[in-house]
Amino acid sequence: MSAAAPEPKANMGRPEPRLDARLKVTGEARYPSDMPVGHPAHAVLVTSSIARGRLAGLDTAAARAVPGVIEIFTAENTRELKHLDYVPGGGGPSTSVQELGPEIAHDGQIIAMVVAETLEAAREAAHAVKASYDRQDPSATFDSAGVEEKPAGKEFPKAGDAEAALAAAEVTIAAEYGTPTQHHNAIELFTTTCVWDGDRLTVHEPSQFVYGLKNALAARLAMDPAKIHVVSPYVGGAFGAKAQMTPRTALVAFAAKTLGRPVKLVASRDQGFTIATYRAETRHRIRLGARRDGKIVAYTHEGREVTSRPDAYKVAGVSDTVRLYDFGTVATHVSVVHADRNTPGFMRSPPVVPYVYALESAMDELAVRLGMDPVELRRVNDVTRDTVSGKMWTSRSLMKCYDEAAAAFGWADHKPEPGAMRDGDWLIGWGCATACYPTHLGATAARVRLLPSGEVRVQVAAHDIGTGAYTVIGQQAAERLGVPLAAVTVELGDSDLPPGPVAGGSNTTASVCSAVIKACDAIREKLLRAASTSNEGPLAGRSPAELSFTDGRAVATDGAAESIADVMQRLGTAAIEEYAEYLPPGAPADGLRRLYGGKAVLTGGPHGEKIMYALGAEFVEVRVHARTREVRVPRAVGAFAGGRIMNTRTARSQLMGGMIWGIGSALHEATEIDRREARYINDNIAEYLIPVNADVPSIEVIMVPEEDAEVNPAGVKGLGELANVGTAAAIANAVYHATGRRIRDLPIRIEDLLA
Amino acid sequence: MQPFHYRRADSLDAAAQAAGASRGSRVEAPVQFVAGGTTLLDLMKIEVMRPATVIDINPLADRYGAIDATDRGLRLGALARMAQAADDPAVRRDYPVIAQTLDLAASQQLRNMATLGGNLLQRTRCPYFRDVSWTACNKRDPGSGCAALEGVNRKHAVLGVSEACIATYPGDFAQALVALDARLEIAGPQGRREIAAADLHRLPGETPNVETQLGPGELITSILVPAGAWTRRSLYLKVRDRESYDFALASAAVALELGDDDTVREARIALGGVATVPWRARAAEDALKGRRLDEAAAEAAAEAAFADAQIREHNAYKVDLGRRTLVRALLDAARLEIRT
Repeated sequence: MSAAAPEPKANMGRPEPRLDARLKVTGEARYPSDMPVGHPAHAVLVTSSIARGRLAGLDTAAARAVPGVIEIFTAENTRELKHLDYVPGGGGPSTSVQELGPEIAHDGQIIAMVVAETLEAAREAAHAVKASYDRQDPSATFDSAGVEEKPAGKEFPKAGDAEAALAAAEVTIAAEYGTPTQHHNAIELFTTTCVWDGDRLTVHEPSQFVYGLKNALAARLAMDPAKIHVVSPYVGGAFGAKAQMTPRTALVAFAAKTLGRPVKLVASRDQGFTIATYRAETRHRIRLGARRDGKIVAYTHEGREVTSRPDAYKVAGVSDTVRLYDFGTVATHVSVVHADRNTPGFMRSPPVVPYVYALESAMDELAVRLGMDPVELRRVNDVTRDTVSGKMWTSRSLMKCYDEAAAAFGWADHKPEPGAMRDGDWLIGWGCATACYPTHLGATAARVRLLPSGEVRVQVAAHDIGTGAYTVIGQQAAERLGVPLAAVTVELGDSDLPPGPVAGGSNTTASVCSAVIKACDAIREKLLRAASTSNEGPLAGRSPAELSFTDGRAVATDGAAESIADVMQRLGTAAIEEYAEYLPPGAPADGLRRLYGGKAVLTGGPHGEKIMYALGAEFVEVRVHARTREVRVPRAVGAFAGGRIMNTRTARSQLMGGMIWGIGSALHEATEIDRREARYINDNIAEYLIPVNADVPSIEVIMVPEEDAEVNPAGVKGLGELANVGTAAAIANAVYHATGRRIRDLPIRIEDLLA
Repeated sequence: MQPFHYRRADSLDAAAQAAGASRGSRVEAPVQFVAGGTTLLDLMKIEVMRPATVIDINPLADRYGAIDATDRGLRLGALARMAQAADDPAVRRDYPVIAQTLDLAASQQLRNMATLGGNLLQRTRCPYFRDVSWTACNKRDPGSGCAALEGVNRKHAVLGVSEACIATYPGDFAQALVALDARLEIAGPQGRREIAAADLHRLPGETPNVETQLGPGELITSILVPAGAWTRRSLYLKVRDRESYDFALASAAVALELGDDDTVREARIALGGVATVPWRARAAEDALKGRRLDEAAAEAAAEAAFADAQIREHNAYKVDLGRRTLVRALLDAARLEIRT
């Protein structure tokens, strides 16, 4: 075992290397745009350079004259494509801005697509397309003239009379926080390749929801979804950006059909900022009231979020923050601000990243006001019965996480006065914050096939977006059927397989493993019955209850055993295949039917009979240069509890990556907007900063054992979106500790700490 | 990217001849030289530069790719790679400021490709310059205006600016050369000449499209850095948003010769990240000469360096940060242990 492959503790699976590790590091893994297709034409998008107005003219003469250009698709010749209503949620269209004009609703809206014999010709011609506009002044963001603000719902979480409790509270704090626009910037760009064979369409596109994409695309093309095959075996980073259908997909499919040959699009990095979704900027006003001993008596949280003019996308993370502690009384509100922007969408831990940042910063401000250790403040307000709903938690290990992380970090040496810790020219600050993520469960199907050789094939149209899904699903099947992992083949990311859940809400491991367990158990049942009801053989007459599977054999408690091959021979079958469906509690009865129709069906978190969340505690050290004020994070320690850990290697990788993401959220990531034009300015990864290796010298991940038999059959809570929650607040809190400055708007930059 | 002709030049004469026909400033010329390609190809891909012909001068590296150190100074071939110069033992020992400007620039992959001459000519990162969908950019399209003046200008310059352009010079290495009074050997259609490194870049004034003194077809062939008592006590401090692979928000190249009791005999200072060109801070040098280098002296020098700064909506902090950067660099340089 090594740091990268931690020794499993209680209720943790082995650190198996990823099944696809070698393929990926050797470049053998074929991502969708790598798929060889016959004689493809190449597409390049042309996007608008204004954010609001109307396309007055589109001169394509020079572009058409570029040698190799085949066709230019514009609003004029793409009218056949059907418009789809925008419904927030996995699988549908990412925006209601689907036409190529003439109305322009945001910067970088697709206005044309050039298709040519070569990528070079298409790119040259795309630059030669000349658009003219009737421009109107756009509204860029909060406080811009012309924005429209509306409540983001009718009811928001509430408990008791928070105003009265605040008025009576011994100690109160009130503060406002802000988080910026962020873009996912997966290394893999937004690509689509479409190939028609008669009336059947194959789409190679990286996707977090192949059933959603298949069905939404069928609706735009007005065709039978059964004739569309979406293939997406590997996804080079998604983070929410590939969970919905963006306008490009139907365009490429339409072009391929019109031209009668495959068409391939790889959108450029800057286009990715506007043709897909992003994390919208948010603002928060929080008030906390408490007794002098730290017990919180009131929590109010008003959130505001930017969205596009036509679509009311929101994250409304107050439905998660109100669960975190025993608040006594709660009042919340969320509104959306409609501006001339592309429609935002899911981005890793959508509701909790901004809202928990705000709350966990406010918690630190309260601790400072109380003169109380911030860990103890969390302990005093730990909760078992939800303030708002009165529901109990399935399991909650928050303070175990705090205690383990604090010990590993050395928090006992914390000197709470700001500026009290210093190393030469560097001011040292320590800070901590809570991480949380709701345990989501998705409706899913799965098919498992067992051969006499002990080889197992698991098939489900779920998605490995780089997280290790192939591996942990394989481990689940191997464990259940008592075969080595090497005997298991896992097939994912293909819409011809039984449907899997959207790879969103960190539900894949919990949901798919639950379905795989069900299918495997049906296979076991058949095998055990065959072995025990037989008139002969070593297990004849045994009760199925005393039999189990190990090492490719059915084994009785006294050691008597029979190989799978022999049992299957007894059954007279060359393969056993079981199809299973998992419909999580709280899901609609027709959840599977909806899933087959491309609608994501997710339950869990705060919505079930009990509250279910994965939790964690993060501690960071920052160093701020006393003179030039650079903020650096030399070390971070996080302890996390997420139910059963399927694989300590892939789990650590997810958690570590999350904390690194959180460092970026605190100090680096922000999409800059030219407010005059409502246009993104730093739409490339040279100027849109994310942490590099030098920014993350030491990240320690602790997995805290937790058993939770209530969340789902797999006992898994999901980790993918846990660890990047809380990091930003921990860093902001540490910056306060180092400097005495409370920076409430992210990212924290040098200029915030000068003067 | 537009289609272009590609040629290789096996000699300086061939390079000059191939490029000679063009007119105007070097960056607007229809014939462009490519060495490492780390700037030019990027700019061609985004259509900011659209040369008709690209001449590959890598074959000239045989003649202009070496690094020679003598008692009189350094001779750096313009086609030496950044990584090659950064790793050179003589450069590291005797001219640490040069090694540091190279080490702290870009990424190892880029440093392995980019040449010293090309690095000096690296063009600005101004986002309005680098995105042709913004029509107002005097640097790209003379007379079209400047979108940055009232736009997002957090990273823009506060020194050497004009109403036509506030784009920051993005490089690091040039600051070391300017501080150390380096000279550049230049070859071109009109023959050879030598200029001060400090004279290579031109202030934007009303013609920000004319970035350097180089004419069409002119090439930097060698960089000459004179030896001096100050080169060993030298360093480069680069302050930026992240720890690596990022452009400077403010930087300072400093070389000092100190007498007894830390009295400043010679101070050579150039600033980066804050100016439109590699910025020699002579007023700061003058403020230091003859004074004991303590915090007060450093602060006085920093004050002098930014006396003429002009700020915009988002870059006011650069004045304060630039001063602090210089103070820290001066005090750090004074504290260096120099082995003789």
